[in-house]
Formats: sequence, C-alpha cells, structure tokens
Amino acid sequence: MTAAPATASKRPRGGGPRPPREDTARGPRQSIMSRSAAMLIMGVFTLYFLTPIWWLLTTSTKTGGEITSTAPLWFTANSFGTFFNNLGRLFTYNDGLFGRWLLNSAIYAGIGALLGTVIAAMCGYALAKYEFKGREAIFNIVLSGVLVPATALALPLFLIFSQANLTNTMWAVFLPSLVSPFGVYLARIYAAASVPGELLEAARLDGSGEVRTFFTVSTRLMAPALVTIFLFQFVAIWNNFFLPLIMLRDQVLFPVTLGLYAWNSQISQIPELRSLVLVGALVSIVPLIIAFLALQRFWSSGLGAGGVK
Amino acid sequence: MTVTNPPVGAPKAPPVVRKNRSSGAQRRAVALFIAPFGLLFLAFYAIPIVYAIVQSLLTVEREGTFGAPRQVFGGFVQYEQVFQDGAFWASVGRVMVFGAVQVPIMLGLALLFALLLDSPLLKGKKFFRLAFFAPYAVPGVIAAIMWGFLYSPSLSPFGAVTSNVDFLSANLVLWAIANIVTWVYVGYNMLIIYASLLAIPTEIYEAARLDGASNIQIAWRIKIPLVIPAIILTAVFSIIGTLQLLAEPQTLRSFSSAINSTFTPNLAVYTTASVPNYNLAAAFSVVLALATFILSFVFLKSTQRKVTQ
Repeated sequence: MTAAPATASKRPRGGGPRPPREDTARGPRQSIMSRSAAMLIMGVFTLYFLTPIWWLLTTSTKTGGEITSTAPLWFTANSFGTFFNNLGRLFTYNDGLFGRWLLNSAIYAGIGALLGTVIAAMCGYALAKYEFKGREAIFNIVLSGVLVPATALALPLFLIFSQANLTNTMWAVFLPSLVSPFGVYLARIYAAASVPGELLEAARLDGSGEVRTFFTVSTRLMAPALVTIFLFQFVAIWNNFFLPLIMLRDQVLFPVTLGLYAWNSQISQIPELRSLVLVGALVSIVPLIIAFLALQRFWSSGLGAGGVK
Repeated sequence: MTVTNPPVGAPKAPPVVRKNRSSGAQRRAVALFIAPFGLLFLAFYAIPIVYAIVQSLLTVEREGTFGAPRQVFGGFVQYEQVFQDGAFWASVGRVMVFGAVQVPIMLGLALLFALLLDSPLLKGKKFFRLAFFAPYAVPGVIAAIMWGFLYSPSLSPFGAVTSNVDFLSANLVLWAIANIVTWVYVGYNMLIIYASLLAIPTEIYEAARLDGASNIQIAWRIKIPLVIPAIILTAVFSIIGTLQLLAEPQTLRSFSSAINSTFTPNLAVYTTASVPNYNLAAAFSVVLALATFILSFVFLKSTQRKVTQ
C-alpha cells in the first residue's frame, strides 16, 4: 500500500476544473444534457442531505406548540426571540445539566482525542521508522484491533471496570477512548511516506535524541495525518453511545449524546422536553460542524492517505 | 455507530532505519514510543476480550432457591444458550438483510457522487462536497432523534407523506433505520472514494481520450477499477458498522413500538446485560465480535484475490 498524501494534494481540489479540452471532447448538446442531469442529481440529493438539518434549525426557533402549528421548514415572526428563549431554557433546565453534558463531551472527546492522537502517532511512527524484533507482529495485532469494533468491547470493558469498581466514573468512558488502532495505522502510513530516513540520520549525527527528533521534527512533517487522526477520533468518541450507555448511571457524567437520548426517552412523561431535545440536538452538532469546516484542508488530504491503496 | 477509515491489507514494509546503526538509545526510544499505546491496548482491548471469553465460560449456580449465587465453570453452557436463542439469531438475520440492501445502495450512491465530483460536469463542487459530508457530523443518536420526528405522523413536516405511510411500523422501521444510516454515511464514503479518484494521474485519462473514449467509458473502464480498493475499504467498514447497529434503533424505540429489546445483536447484548446476565451477555459479545471479525476478514481476503487477478 502506498500512501499518496503528496500526490493527492497536487491535483486541484474542489472547484478546480479539469482542462477545458474535456468539455469539447463531446458534442455541445449532449454536454449540456449530461451537465444538467449531473446538476439535477446533485441538487436533489443536496435537499436530501440538508433538509433535516435545516428543519432542526427552524424548529429550534419555535415554542413547543409552534412546532406542529406553523410552517415546518420556515421561521416564525418571533423566531429570533424564541430561539434565545429556548437556549436559555436548555441551559437552565435541571440546574444546567445540559451545559455539564457539553463539558463532559468536550472532555471525553477533546482531551481523549488529543492524548489518543499523541499516543497513536508515537506508536505508528516507531513502527514505520525503526526496525526491531516483533515489529510486524505488533502491526498485525494493531490491524486486527482495527477490525474489532469498539461496540463489541463495551460489555467486556464494563465487566472489567466493575471488577475495579470504576463503572459510573468519567474514567470508565475516558480511558478506553484513548485507544485508536486506526490512528496507529494511519500514523504509520503517514510517517513512512512523509518522514525521510535521511532526515532522522542527519538529526542523529547532530546529536539530537530520538524522542526530541520525534517531537520537534517528525510531528511537524506528520501534521496533516495528526489532524486527521485527531478529528476522526474526536468524532468517534463524541458519537460513542454504547460505552457511556452501559458504563454510566449518574446523569451528571453523561456525554451530550447520551443525555439527549435520555431526555428523548422521557418526552412522553415530560412533554416540555421535546423542544429542549431539538434545540439541544442543534447545539450538540455545531461544535463538530465547526471543527470539520475549520480543519477541512487537513482532513481532506489525510483521508486520501487512508483510502488510497 | 461509528465507522472509521482503515486499511485494505497490510501495507508493504516502509523503508526503515538500518539495523546496524540501531543503538541502545534507539531501542529505548522504540520502547518509549510503543509503551503507552501498547499498555492501553492491552488494558482496554486485549484483556477485556480475554476476560469476556472467560466470563462466557462461567455460569451462575445457586444453592437452593435463596442461596448465594456463585460463579462456576460451565464450559460451553452459555454458548449452547446462544445458539438456541431464537431472538438473537433473528436479530443477526435482521442486520444481515439490512446490510445486504443498505450497504450496496449507500456505496453505489457514494461512488456515483464521487465520480460526478471528479467529472467535468459539475459546478460548485466544493459546496456539494461539504453539503453531502455535513450529516457525518451528526451523531447517530441525534440523527435518529431528528429522523424520528421527521417520520412520526403527528410531528413531521412531511405530514402528507407520513400520515399515509407509517415509516415506524414493524414492516418499515428497519428501512427507516437504513435511511438514517445512509443519510449519515454516504458523504463520508463519497469522500474516501473521491480522495482515491484524485490520486489517479490525469495522463491516464488523456491517453484514453486520444483513443476516443467517452466520459462514461472512462468512468466505467478506468476510474472504477482503479478505486476498487477504496470501495472495498468502505464496504468492510460498512459491514462492521451494520453488525454493530445500536444507537439508531435504541433511540428510535421511543418513537416506534415496533423495535423490541432484541432488534439488533448489540441491543440483545445490552438487554441481556441489564437483566443482569453477564455470562450470557459475554457469550453474545464474543460470538458477535468473532462473527464481525471473520466476516470482514473473509470479505477482505476474497475481494483482494479478485482485484489482483
């Protein structure tokens, strides 16, 4: 498998059109027809992908009664005020429980992904750049770890943690989230492709220690991969459901997804939760969308490294 | 449900630092780089798996009706129960049917979108790329809550449709879940395939065009064969994800009574663990993890042979 981060980024991305020669290769009439067909397909599916998110946005600006009584995909006259009113209710309900959930998610996913990325990067780097006994064996174990899904581990982890009396603590969700075999895999590919062995030799001749070289030189060369590993681990932890579901009893420790799930399953008893669940859902996806938009340049080239054989 | 984006087969060994120079300092550095991940992997991957296997071989025995329960070695007692458990196998069958329909549709769409993004036919590629990828930022629980409202006859903005077709009925709810999963993951898979399309050198197309190949021929004869490794990758992770379905059906249970407590294998694990019958739940987990591992491994191996032929 050859990683191709470099080749992938050389080609124009996104809007960059191909040489105009392609357009004239076929008759202009057919070209217009296939252009329209392509735009039509993409347009229809844009509606499919964005309408639910748009609906969530408009619904967040309505009171509980307005959700069913007003036009579903548009705002009301006093949407603006209602939205902030909803936000206020969301963050004050139950002593500000929702804010605590957001904070928990930020800890689990933010710190977890950050530490997890460093740990995975070190391991992948060692597997790529040093020759030692058992290297292939370790890598094969990591690869099989990639094929064992995290959800399959939730129950065994629960059994282990209950032996140590650590269920229903933040550690029970935080610690297992640090392990990302996929991160190691990606780090290894990227280190092999982007950190030249000669550079390491030169650093050695200059008397730089191995660990120092890694943190000062190699991590910089691996930066796009590190951002990708971080983002995908962040999403994986943020979205993780089974592990917190099985580990946590105390609402105060819930990540935001589990919290909203809990509220959602109480709607039939407490109808006022309905509008809170919807506003909360909107608030909970905003950090991820911002992270993806802000770091887009990095992850789109990092994805190439994982997907290209 | 979380799906990450890992490997197709083991990559070739990358160039490494020569061994004759590997000093004690280097060996220490390797140990230091690998130890954190190694320890965490051991503690939160390897040991839980072993522990689950051990637990699955135990059984609870009571002295008389009210005697204290104690665990004794039961051999394959739990596994006998697993294999006789009709509800569990019904759930396995259900996710198999789900996967057989949903995975090809999702990957077919992802491939179509990736090819269109890579063709000269589209304008506004950057917009489409982001719009289609946006749902990936929505956690499974939140996506299920949103779609749960959109499906429900009384709350949906598409009441005209949902009051006539009950997407949450026993007949349709599996496909309602399929739609949610597709909505979340099409864009992600599209990006992986698109990244590998971008890595194909343009000269290949120019040669084909000189030979008079049309856009469709180029897509069919050149592009698709070259991105098959990326498609296999997405397929393996979709298969794993399908077998692990939990967040979406569990969340939809508050919208639909058609989803019972053993709707998917992981739901059965969760329900059994809540009884609590940890030994049986551990046996379910082991069978499920093994099945997932074997299925994705076999799929990888069989498709790899075809590709290299």
